Amino acid sequence: MSDRLRARFAQANGEGRAAFVAYVMAGFPEPDQTVPLLLGMEAGGADVIELGVPFTDPLADGATVQRANEVAVAAGVTFADCLAMVREARAQGLTAPLVLMGYDNPLLAYGEARAAADAAAAGADGFIVVDLPPDEAGTFRQACAENGVSFVPLVAPTTAEERMGEVTAVADSFIYCVSVMGTTGGAAVPAEVGDLVATIRRHTELPIAVGFGVSTQEQVARVGRVAEGVIVGSAIIAAIEGGSVEGCVERVRSYVELVTGRSAGAGAGEA
Amino acid sequence: MSKETGSDLTPRFGEFGGRYIPEVLVAAHEELEEAYEAARTDPAFIEELAELGRHYAGRPTPLYLAERLTEEVGGARIWLKREDLAHTGAHKINNALGQAVLAKRLGKPRIIAETGAGQHGVATATVCAKLNLECVVYMGTEDIRRQSLNVFRMKMLGAEVVPVDSGSRTLKDAINEAMRDWVTNVRTTHYLIGSAIGPHPFPTMVRDFQAVIGQEARAQMLEQAGRLPDVAVACVGGGSNAIGLFYPFIEDPVRLVGVEAAGEGLDEPGRNAATLVAGSPGVLHGTRTYLLQDGAGQILDTHSISAGLDYPGVGPEHSWLKVTERAEYIAADDAEALEGFQRLTRSEGIIPALEPSHAILPAIRLAEEIGEGGDVLIGLSGRGDKDMHTVAEALGVTL
Repeated sequence: MSDRLRARFAQANGEGRAAFVAYVMAGFPEPDQTVPLLLGMEAGGADVIELGVPFTDPLADGATVQRANEVAVAAGVTFADCLAMVREARAQGLTAPLVLMGYDNPLLAYGEARAAADAAAAGADGFIVVDLPPDEAGTFRQACAENGVSFVPLVAPTTAEERMGEVTAVADSFIYCVSVMGTTGGAAVPAEVGDLVATIRRHTELPIAVGFGVSTQEQVARVGRVAEGVIVGSAIIAAIEGGSVEGCVERVRSYVELVTGRSAGAGAGEA
Repeated sequence: MSKETGSDLTPRFGEFGGRYIPEVLVAAHEELEEAYEAARTDPAFIEELAELGRHYAGRPTPLYLAERLTEEVGGARIWLKREDLAHTGAHKINNALGQAVLAKRLGKPRIIAETGAGQHGVATATVCAKLNLECVVYMGTEDIRRQSLNVFRMKMLGAEVVPVDSGSRTLKDAINEAMRDWVTNVRTTHYLIGSAIGPHPFPTMVRDFQAVIGQEARAQMLEQAGRLPDVAVACVGGGSNAIGLFYPFIEDPVRLVGVEAAGEGLDEPGRNAATLVAGSPGVLHGTRTYLLQDGAGQILDTHSISAGLDYPGVGPEHSWLKVTERAEYIAADDAEALEGFQRLTRSEGIIPALEPSHAILPAIRLAEEIGEGGDVLIGLSGRGDKDMHTVAEALGVTL
């Protein structure tokens, strides 16, 4: 729900820190690891979770997230399966707000209105659709609004300032700021990202979360000083890939704990 | 016919088209749209392209009456619009020239492109050599294997050919990889898309650059045949040669027939590339159009004997022409393409590429159906030299 997302950003920011947004691909490395991974990320200190919806043609993603997509597609993970994973994670006690992130076509195939309604019913809080800019998102945004789930727009380094007002106006929880030109997991977040955040800030009072090129503890801390949220994706996929399947939840939990600098439990269990 | 498909730069063809792209690319598409809108009515731009067409690309290409084939069939006269005689051996040069000249106007020194059969890659590399632009071509490793001669041509022309080993290792994956390059380098780079696909304004712009095919063919039919054709037939992968041929006939009483690749059969999901015949609407590569997809919205693998038709999407204007029933879309399988290839080669001494080979048998059937006194126009989009290895392999011949 949009209000749950806003509350979680407000809570983290009220504690004098940026919200930590952690991404994982549904069905990667194996479908039955996804729910434990979601709970593990929360236990490690994630405030908000992005659950990737697999797609065969993830054209804005770099090699790491592409591999995760390929594995999940090969395992047959559909949008409906993603919703089942969200339901199960909620049943097992996940409290962090969760945003579904992916591409437009699987949502279209499922049906936009049904996707928004079923996502809300499953306990998801919003959508980030990489290839659905606000200009093309009219019907889907309406479906999201009717179901109380958030449509999270993206702003990029190339977004003209004249456009920032239009883009941020469609947001009702937070803004996803793409830090760098390129794909996910590519170039490191640049030093000037603070300028981009400041420019966006002139157009919105909502929290701004920065993603793309953020992986190390130093980068997380640096971005956290200029934005209300820090998004990490490829580094989590890399942590999953960094050893046995059985050990992936523990590796991800300890990675999140390391980069957030928070001990287990500090961010969990609070609504 | 409504004016929806008219020459104004509307972003949609009915419910199809649009601009489904990552935010990072929005500014570049707006810039491109603005530049193209200015260029298309600028006499200097129009004259520069016409001049390049005449003296560099070899336009106008001939309209050729296939007399022996017509005689064999014993029906309507069969005419070939000879894009195989254009520089680099296919219609792709028309679009490559148009977009490269536009990129120069935009001040972008670096060109990227995707290629399937290699014809668009060769055309792009050629134009970049001539206009002194840096050129990087993305190509699936499966296509590199099938089209090694064209890979070498591109390298000789000074292009860098980047192998793409993800997904199905064909055209769709080359487009994904080109898009990834573009989101990284958009400030210095123009993405020279090779078909009438992708986000607005590409489908409109590529159609306009390819419409020279139909404009010439229409005038040539009137001059040489004394009438318009009863039907125009062209192969459809992404659909740029077909839309280029069809577009100038849209307001005429001329049947328009697009022939897709049925590969190993229409009832074999993943083993054909007949998007309009067997697919359903969705969003891929920035546009809303017909796609080959499963029930969950995942894009299916495709297969065709011709690398240039091996694509799970199609230009959005074709989707519009299909749903409005202004054009008809059918499919020919690998075996029919091979037979068409051999028929034309033997009867006319013209070796077609495997892509337009798909249109030959359907055109022959139409010529029989229409009968004497009628005229059938085939868009012969390219020549077949590049396909000799594939054809030999399919016929069980060791070279």
